[in-house]
Amino acid sequence: MALISTSEFKGGLKVMLDGDPCTILENEFVKPGKGQAFNRVRLRNLKTGRVVERTFKSGDTLEGADVVDTDMQYLYSDGEQWHFMAPETFEQHGADANAVSDAVKWLKEQDMCTVTLFNGSPIAVSPPNFVELTITETDPGIRGDTSGGGGKPATLETGAVVRVPLFVQTGEVIKVDTRTGEYVSRVK
Amino acid sequence: MLRAIRAFFADREVLEVETPLLAARSATEPHLVPFETLFRPAGGGAGLQQRLFLQTSPEFAMKRLLASGLGSIYQICKAFRNEERGRLHNPEFTLLEWYRVGFSLNELIRETESLLRGLLTPSRPTIRSFCCDYRSLFEQEVGTDPINADFPALARAAERLGYPEAAVLCAEARPVWLDFLFSQGVQPKLADWDLVFVTDFPACLPSLARNHPDNPAIVERVEVFIDGIELGNGFHELADPVEQARRFEEDMAARRALGLHEPEKDVRLLAALAAGLPDCSGIAIGLDRLLMGILGASHIEDVLAFPVERA
Repeated sequence: MALISTSEFKGGLKVMLDGDPCTILENEFVKPGKGQAFNRVRLRNLKTGRVVERTFKSGDTLEGADVVDTDMQYLYSDGEQWHFMAPETFEQHGADANAVSDAVKWLKEQDMCTVTLFNGSPIAVSPPNFVELTITETDPGIRGDTSGGGGKPATLETGAVVRVPLFVQTGEVIKVDTRTGEYVSRVK
Repeated sequence: MLRAIRAFFADREVLEVETPLLAARSATEPHLVPFETLFRPAGGGAGLQQRLFLQTSPEFAMKRLLASGLGSIYQICKAFRNEERGRLHNPEFTLLEWYRVGFSLNELIRETESLLRGLLTPSRPTIRSFCCDYRSLFEQEVGTDPINADFPALARAAERLGYPEAAVLCAEARPVWLDFLFSQGVQPKLADWDLVFVTDFPACLPSLARNHPDNPAIVERVEVFIDGIELGNGFHELADPVEQARRFEEDMAARRALGLHEPEKDVRLLAALAAGLPDCSGIAIGLDRLLMGILGASHIEDVLAFPVERA
């Protein structure tokens, strides 16, 4: 990949840092009036999700990272790998547990996810912002209680546990915001 | 703001001047990159073309006026620095620069504070300020001595502050180390103060300041910060043409080491110094950043009609 100079760093750019692909979050130009110019850069490591800060001398370069976000359909898991397919090319990719990470609890077969490919292999998976999942287990609601209150835990078909209002019952389908892990509504 | 500045200097009988923005020589400082252009006399051949530079500051020209005996002078003008763009930088910006004949650096600091307080008062109920020498401030915030600490000690200080990469970036260049540690370790701590004046800079960051008469380790230079942002640089101005020529040579050596082109030194400035620069102190204030401070803006484009991308 091409070398990219600090002056071209901007939010969203994908670069290699210490052997890992990273996305640039922020790039601040720091220059004392009479002194050396630096760039203070915040990056997210795309493998670990960790945010790091690093300073460069202005004009330093980093190698670009071959990273692309692709919308893919989740197919199935064989226990070791989670398999995804690009809907246009039918190309399939297997992601390991590291790549799937926390997304695993929201993955429902046929759902469209964003798969981050680094050199052609999945390194991260983002579930859709909202998923619709069936409740497999929750305590029966108390009669007369229709809303409000503290709610109760409910286990979903993927294994995720979310807090739901007391009136929601086992077998119902609910909509969940995967970014916060919170219940949004029932789905009829 | 401009009207208040002009009234301030009119009250003190400081003369407003104008000097060329386009000139034959540029600053020699290794970290300043000028814009360059060609002057073509009408109908002239290539041999008559002259290389000209947009000025990175009006400093040299104003010193020539001082040497000619004009007395205390000020100027509000544009300055141009290539390769500088960011939240606090636009390659074209506005400077207020003034020189006070017969002023010590301390007198100039008091005058600067009085000007800035006057300009900030309408937008700030209270203005907290303090003045501190570079070495004490650096030792307090970075935990090491900027003048005597060796490079491994500076690297350890950087690592404590969370910058392990500094050792590679700064290597064995003390000015770079000090710029790095000051801008990353000290400046953020100054953000709680409206105005901070940092004095007595280490001799390795001399710019155009006089050497301190009693202490060879420091120079008579001040930097002023608003909310932790660098606003300006002031000096008890170097008047010795021999020392000035030596600083030019040092700048050239630094430029050679960095593989940068070596500008011709300004012989007209040297001639003016040889003719006699009166004892004076001078300071330059970035007016765009001052306006940011007055308005509470966080980006320089908030105070520019058209930043360079849209100019």
